[in-house]
Amino acid sequence: MTQVLAISFSLNGKTIAVDVPAHMLLIDLIRDRLGLKGTKRSCDMEVCGACTVLLDGEPISSCTTLAVDVDRRDVTTIEGVTPPEGLSPIQQAFVLHGGLQCGFCTPGFIMAVTALLKTTPHPTEAEIRHYLDGNLCRCTGYTKIFEAVKSLAGWQDAA
Amino acid sequence: MLPSPFQFERPSTIADAVRAVGNSGDGMFYAGGTELLLALKMRVIRADRLIDIKGIPGLDCIVVNGVNEIEIGARCTHRKISGDPVIREHVPALASLCAEVANTRVRNVGTIGGNLCFGEPHADPPTMLAALNARLVLEGPRGTREIHADDFIRSEMETVRDPDELLRVIVFPRPAGPVTYRRFKHGERPSVNVAMAWSLNADGSMIRSARVRVGALGSRPQPLLAVEDALRNVAVAEARQAIETALSAALDQLEVNADRHGGADYKRHLAGVLLLRSADEAVTAGGSWLK
Repeated sequence: MTQVLAISFSLNGKTIAVDVPAHMLLIDLIRDRLGLKGTKRSCDMEVCGACTVLLDGEPISSCTTLAVDVDRRDVTTIEGVTPPEGLSPIQQAFVLHGGLQCGFCTPGFIMAVTALLKTTPHPTEAEIRHYLDGNLCRCTGYTKIFEAVKSLAGWQDAA
Repeated sequence: MLPSPFQFERPSTIADAVRAVGNSGDGMFYAGGTELLLALKMRVIRADRLIDIKGIPGLDCIVVNGVNEIEIGARCTHRKISGDPVIREHVPALASLCAEVANTRVRNVGTIGGNLCFGEPHADPPTMLAALNARLVLEGPRGTREIHADDFIRSEMETVRDPDELLRVIVFPRPAGPVTYRRFKHGERPSVNVAMAWSLNADGSMIRSARVRVGALGSRPQPLLAVEDALRNVAVAEARQAIETALSAALDQLEVNADRHGGADYKRHLAGVLLLRSADEAVTAGGSWLK
């Protein structure tokens, strides 16, 4: 018999209460139950980063996280960092620098960069490469992604 | 992929966790899940019950204990260890290792205890902890037992831990000399890795003893005993020469699998290259660990 647990968590700033099977994965809760399709499933084994969401501000792989583990915690998806109109500064930088082509990996990159710039507002090239080492892109060759991130150094300072 | 259904329990003490997991093998301890959930999703292993140990207090502490040993709680994430002031001060090579495990998402939730208990041959921490002469403290229904890191992994994906024994803490003497770790990798897991720990004399000029472990080549980390013998009571400045004398014969003694990471001769060669580079690093660091 499938065990069902009641969980309550913050999703993009809004408190959600749901009953989930113990073995349900976070990505399935987000995409299939809650209908937020920005988070992408790709490798399904924590290697590619397409399913990256933030848990209490830190990037995790939603494909390999149990939904029950976000109980009483804070989850942010790509929808949570996208303004109602237009794009966020990080998204805008990816567009300006050509840091995306097909766009499938982009939500994961945006989430990872969001977390990186929060703790390291002025990352060096080495810090950017190290942090994004686990996000795979098969279109851009990464150079334009790194240029986009470098262009964001200190953008929060003025805000 | 979805794991098969399981029951989920959240005990708040080690004793309750040990009772809940049982010894039949159908219950498993669960923390970060970075290895376990992958295996469950691929259905290469099956669990009827997951016992979540994240609610048990005290499993994520890092301290220097009263007898000059470093204790790392098994539930510490790679991220926590990489940023911990105690580890950064006393074993910076371990902090660097943990800062490079897999990727940032795995480091945020994956734990050092889970890494060890999974027994994956292509892993970073087991080689380093064997070189550090670590002991792994297990808590089970019949009490506590300590296993040396060298003896913990029995073979690929298999350890000496019983299903109802919880790895609580990892303990090793505070290093008395430079510690190094180097690896070669294609993807996220090391193809070959080498860890070395020297104990120096009081003025830092002589190697009293050395521990050298090579990992990922066979089913578990292996010592390079001939190299350790060659380094005993050798001047730091002559360490590289001492290693070169013993290296070829020592590498020939290693059990080396040919796998997708490379052929046996190639990986054996890489181990030698990594060791000599480590030696240069240790010689350079030699005196600086003396404060």
